[in-house]
Amino acid sequence: MTAILSLSNVGKSYGNVHALRDVSLSVRQGEVTCVLGDNGAGKSTLIKIVSGLHPHSAGEVSLDGSPVSFGSPRDAQAAGIATVYQDLALAPLMSVWRNFFLGNELRSGLLRMLDIASMKRICAAELSKMGIVIPDLERPVASLSGGQRQCVAIARAIYFGARVIILDEPTAALGVKQSGLVLRYVVKARDAGLGVIFITHNPHHAYLVGNHFVILKLGRVVLDAHRDSLTLDRLAAEMAGGEELAELSHELRGVDAGKVVPPASPS
Amino acid sequence: MSTVEELAARDDRVAGRPLAARVLSRPEVGSLVAAVVIFLLFMAVAEPFRNVANVGTILYGASTIGMMAVPVALLMIGGEFDLSAGVAVTTAGLSGSLLAWNFGLNVWVGVLFSLVLAVAIGAFNGWLLLRTGLPSFLVTLGTFFVLQGVNLGVTRIATGNVASAGINDMDGFASAHAVFGSEVTIGPINLKITVLYWVLLTLIAAYVLLRTRIGNWIFAVGGDAGAARAVGVPVRATKVGLFMAVGFCAWLSGMHLLFQFNTVQSGEGVGKEFIFIIAAVIGGCLLTGGYGSVVGASIGALIFGMTQLGINYAGWNPDWFRTFLGVMLLLATIVNLYVKRRADLR
Ligand SMILES: Nc1ncnc2c1ncn2[C@@H]1O[C@H](COP(=O)(O)OP(=O)(O)OP(=O)(O)O)[C@@H](O)[C@H]1O
Ligand SMILES: [Mg+2]
Repeated sequence: MTAILSLSNVGKSYGNVHALRDVSLSVRQGEVTCVLGDNGAGKSTLIKIVSGLHPHSAGEVSLDGSPVSFGSPRDAQAAGIATVYQDLALAPLMSVWRNFFLGNELRSGLLRMLDIASMKRICAAELSKMGIVIPDLERPVASLSGGQRQCVAIARAIYFGARVIILDEPTAALGVKQSGLVLRYVVKARDAGLGVIFITHNPHHAYLVGNHFVILKLGRVVLDAHRDSLTLDRLAAEMAGGEELAELSHELRGVDAGKVVPPASPS
Repeated sequence: MSTVEELAARDDRVAGRPLAARVLSRPEVGSLVAAVVIFLLFMAVAEPFRNVANVGTILYGASTIGMMAVPVALLMIGGEFDLSAGVAVTTAGLSGSLLAWNFGLNVWVGVLFSLVLAVAIGAFNGWLLLRTGLPSFLVTLGTFFVLQGVNLGVTRIATGNVASAGINDMDGFASAHAVFGSEVTIGPINLKITVLYWVLLTLIAAYVLLRTRIGNWIFAVGGDAGAARAVGVPVRATKVGLFMAVGFCAWLSGMHLLFQFNTVQSGEGVGKEFIFIIAAVIGGCLLTGGYGSVVGASIGALIFGMTQLGINYAGWNPDWFRTFLGVMLLLATIVNLYVKRRADLR
């Protein structure tokens, strides 16, 4: 399988914080690469490098075999990489359809005017495919629920991602139905021949869709395995950090879950 | 999961959002209401206000503010301030005049030099802002003081005076006056060319803001610059461009000042920057960026023009003008907030 995007020995420092060290990873066409890890492990940092938001400070990122360094997210997008960020969402006071097409506006006519009618139509269609109905696309996104906003961002990435789609904890704010839909989309994108990077804390979600699993810990890759050589239990155990989990279960064994706190008596 | 038909049906039902709510949720509504109230007030109390011939005077006052309020509003929607906008107008007028006068050149050379300088000052503001990451309030406060001093200092060095020397006997003055300072008479109304510029700038800016990609970017960089950059909006270029637009309009205003009055007072323009900001805020621009309207800012300028002359015409003491303006600002902001909340609640 050909690698669309590959990282070799990539490192990133924020001042004296070495957020990533020696990370190698490849995103192949028609595969979902799941990146897992604890809070602060460096997952978001990794995808911010790939999306052009931050430059990397060591190693090499290559696209189709030739080294690249995206100067800005616009460059990465031009290369067909679309990202749903964990912390960078939407412009709150702008309408839903304007946010959806932000940076990729459709234009028509001699004056290169915005093609508002088409943009609204496409936006409504893409959102209803995600199973969410936003009654009025002119409403500012600030008036949507957190999950609806997340859906707008995901629908946008899926619509614009031409070669690689990166999802940074997309299901964290979503309900069961929407999470299911997102996972279904991930599979659909994969089957359509795109490369997907899927970041999550949930090994069950990851195992449902992933072809390849990378676990980061303190900025380093501690596991890089193909689905064939991994079971769900092993993945979950690796994520929790093997012996740490054993330790935890040993610790918690002493606590009787039935009577942790006595019910408060009404006074 | 809902079927597509169901979704469509639900869509249809809510898409019929009441027209009233949609109109009321426009940012300029508050200023429109205020403009009507102020118009009626002065119609009632000030006899000369009813005289059609005074329309030209009122519009002239509004246009000189409006020509700057429009780019300042765009800049505020893009999330930044320009406190140097008032003195930059003076700088533009002075630089053109002094260059042409000092070297005995055709005044059009001065006009071009002034254009380059004014746009460069805007670009410098934007560049410094992005370079240092300081808030624009501080950066342009610095430019404001620098320009204020330069205006006085250079004028003094060049002419030994506090105003630029008269240039109405120099080559090109007549044509430049026609472009920047002429007027037309329509019936009883005398219209200054600045009114035309003001209307044109408003239309162009409103078009750019609402119907072009750049307009989308302006809202986005003001609303959330990080998110905008992450989806590929050129945040830096947009912001620098906005500062340059302010520079361009400062040049146009400065040229009017110069060719209308023949000389420019070097101390002029201080305090004007707040009037531009007030007009933009009355027109619905949020101080925090990401929201507002240039049509609203122009209505704000109109309110300013009406009030300025209305107070005179009503025979009130003009000392109170600024107080009136302050009250207007507060009222308009409160009305804007109230209207917005009501419209959003539906
Ligand atoms: N802009 C920044 N400046 C300095 N340090 C940063 C910055 N962004 C992230 N870090 C640090 O880099 C490390 C990795 O952060 P990152 O956001 O990549 O973690 P993560 O794996 O995405 O965590 P989470 O699961 O909580 O989202 C953390 O120690 C964090 O404090
Ligand atoms: Mg993260």
